[in-house]
Amino acid sequence: MTGDDLLAAYNRGPHWCEILGGGGASSSHGDDLRTRLAGFSLTELMRRADLAERELYNLGITFTVYSERDAIDRILPFDVLPRILSADDWDTIESGSKQRVTAINAFLHDVYHEARIIKDGVIPAELVFGNPYYREQMRGVAVPHNNYVNVCGVDLVRDGQGRFKVLEDNARTPSGVSYVVENRHMMLRTFPELMEEMPIRPVSNYGQKLLEAVTDLAPAHVDDPQVVLLSPGVFNSAYFEHVFLAREMGVPLVEGNDLVVENDHVFMKTTAGLAAVHAIYRRLDDAFLDPEVFNPESLLGVPGLFGAYAKGNVGLANAVGTGCADDKAVYAYMPRIIRYYLDEEPILDNVETHICREPEGLKYTLDHLDELVIKPVGESGGYGIVIGPRASAAELDEIRAKVIDDPSNFISQPMIDLSVCPTLIDGMVEPRHVDLRPFVVTGKDTWVLPGGLTRVALRRGSLVVNSSQGGGSKDTWVLER
Amino acid sequence: MSTATKLLLARYADCAMWLGRYIERAENLARILDVNMHFSRDARGSQNWRSIVQLNADEKRFDKAYDVASYANVVNFYVLDRDNPTSIISAVRSAKENARSLRPLLSTEMWQHLNMFNNQLSTLSAEDVKPSELARVSAMIKEQCQLHTGITEGTFFRDQSWHFYLLGKRIERADQTTRLLDIKYHLLLPMDQTVGSPVDVSQWNALLRSVAGYHAFRREHPRGMSPKAVAGFLLFNSAFPRSIWTGLSEIDSNLHRLRSDFGLRAGNLAMELVDETRAALESHTPDTVVNFGLHEFSDYLQRQLNAITTEIRRDFCGFEPMTDSGMPDGQMQHQD
Repeated sequence: MTGDDLLAAYNRGPHWCEILGGGGASSSHGDDLRTRLAGFSLTELMRRADLAERELYNLGITFTVYSERDAIDRILPFDVLPRILSADDWDTIESGSKQRVTAINAFLHDVYHEARIIKDGVIPAELVFGNPYYREQMRGVAVPHNNYVNVCGVDLVRDGQGRFKVLEDNARTPSGVSYVVENRHMMLRTFPELMEEMPIRPVSNYGQKLLEAVTDLAPAHVDDPQVVLLSPGVFNSAYFEHVFLAREMGVPLVEGNDLVVENDHVFMKTTAGLAAVHAIYRRLDDAFLDPEVFNPESLLGVPGLFGAYAKGNVGLANAVGTGCADDKAVYAYMPRIIRYYLDEEPILDNVETHICREPEGLKYTLDHLDELVIKPVGESGGYGIVIGPRASAAELDEIRAKVIDDPSNFISQPMIDLSVCPTLIDGMVEPRHVDLRPFVVTGKDTWVLPGGLTRVALRRGSLVVNSSQGGGSKDTWVLER
Repeated sequence: MSTATKLLLARYADCAMWLGRYIERAENLARILDVNMHFSRDARGSQNWRSIVQLNADEKRFDKAYDVASYANVVNFYVLDRDNPTSIISAVRSAKENARSLRPLLSTEMWQHLNMFNNQLSTLSAEDVKPSELARVSAMIKEQCQLHTGITEGTFFRDQSWHFYLLGKRIERADQTTRLLDIKYHLLLPMDQTVGSPVDVSQWNALLRSVAGYHAFRREHPRGMSPKAVAGFLLFNSAFPRSIWTGLSEIDSNLHRLRSDFGLRAGNLAMELVDETRAALESHTPDTVVNFGLHEFSDYLQRQLNAITTEIRRDFCGFEPMTDSGMPDGQMQHQD
């Protein structure tokens, strides 16, 4: 490395670094990037970062926060230093994610049909049937290709030894993929000299892959199926992503009011009258989908939609009722679920998880509260998480009382030493913790978008990467072999 | 053309219409404020700012929020006031909100520009619209609207939504021309003696300049400038882009294209209304209009344009006509 290496003053600390590797062995997959970065001064790097940020804002690549009288657009903070994955690492992630989604789909088909896994005693019945996201209405409903989870986001972290572990599965309506593609476009525009002839696997065909998968869900007899994307509308914080995907797929972005169901068939209202709809990529939770079957208060959904779906007249991605598979409590059973259906060892391990509904898990959790990360099973977005080693005595007392009061609402995990990535912070390159969400797309077959969303915790030492908790994102490069 | 390209969600058609309409409205409001500031002193040299409030039929809401129709109050009401749905800042924000819904169909460049325009307006303060700055701010707003028009012309896909966009723009433009015409009579009618005086001519001259029509008018009328000739030009000229005649024939053409190019069956009644309005226009000359009453004729045209809008929204988009809530038709925007 040259003396003016931008990373010269960078200290990864005791953590695994996504560019430099960890421990004694240093990785070589980031060398090319480091050589190229040596051509930049910090000032120039900051100037480009500013340009990128302004462009994201002007392009409206934003999530929107609504106050009483204004729509305030915020950008997801973007860090210009990319995260790089070697071809070997990617092979593990890709095959591991596919394996996991295959098992989840087998599990969902089973729990909505024979429920063998419960009869065989692998997973407690109440964990599945008592799960608020288990949908009785889906029992016996045939789903195209038996694939329930058509888009899955598998959240991965890398520990101090450089091993990837699954933190959670997102099998309902995972978001963030628009940032993966837009971050790449932003890097190509802002840093052409970093990207030139760099062997990076492309991400720009995500929309077409998604369209193929959703098209696979249309009734088989339809020749040229009409696909639409169903969004809760402009007030949803992920509306930008819905727009992005509709554009990439080349399909109409519809809201509930744009659709009607007649005789168990779905139509959209056009200027030429009603037009048939055959498959829907819905970014609307189950509960809001159809007020006649689920939440009767929902104004966002389409009355009669579930009936049309259950009769096979319209495909839905994801299927209804997938939420009982990505629950944090079910997560703990995923290694057993993989072995049960696939007769294989998991390629990607879970983070060691203590299930507080089980006596030994509860005892261990209460005995080691100050060493563990305690998570409520029903929350998402990083809400309600208590990090034992960083919690005050009062916070520990509070969570102890909550866990004792309702053990089955909690799991606990050891604190993972999340890997870090060089990140531009206030004019310095500093280590910040990252995770990775690869996107797994399944119609007839399964495909994994090379890379995924790298989220970065911008606060020093923070392990929480969620955008609602001060996280940003990075471009993620998967190198060709 | 594939089926997917041919179909247009009814909601999108409506949003496209409002997008075109709001930007046109912002541009015209900037023109009206500018011309009133710089050219509309009456014989006694004072400006009548209340006429703008009357022109937009905003008296009720204006009087609730402000005590007098001073320069500062009227300009604040029409440029900066976010609580006034007929202000420029509200028009552009509404344009952007409609664009947000229509985003799947807009070019990235259109969306990016609207974002920047909206952000730019939201930084304006009272300081930026004081009398010495109004010309500059009006010019900026006009230019940004024209930039939008140019980007749209160059990048917007020519499917149905393009025609709905143009319908909104052209209906609003025609409506605004009737209002501009009206403002002159509003100002001058109570003082008949000044008609034809030098002050009068300079004001008609200013009116033409505010619609970028002065030189075009000169090509048609090399000598002289009578109120009647100017009114006739703005109403009947078939080559002037902001005349009522041009607006109606463009509206007619967009409706025809929607039916012939895209096979839509809706729009019969809207086309009948357009025909009826054009026939009324053709039955008049500048003389008969002035005898009939320019104010009354402007009123008639505004009612017809409202009826055309309502009919397009009902027939193509499935919106039932609004009950009259005392709000200008255009404020009932995209969320219904």
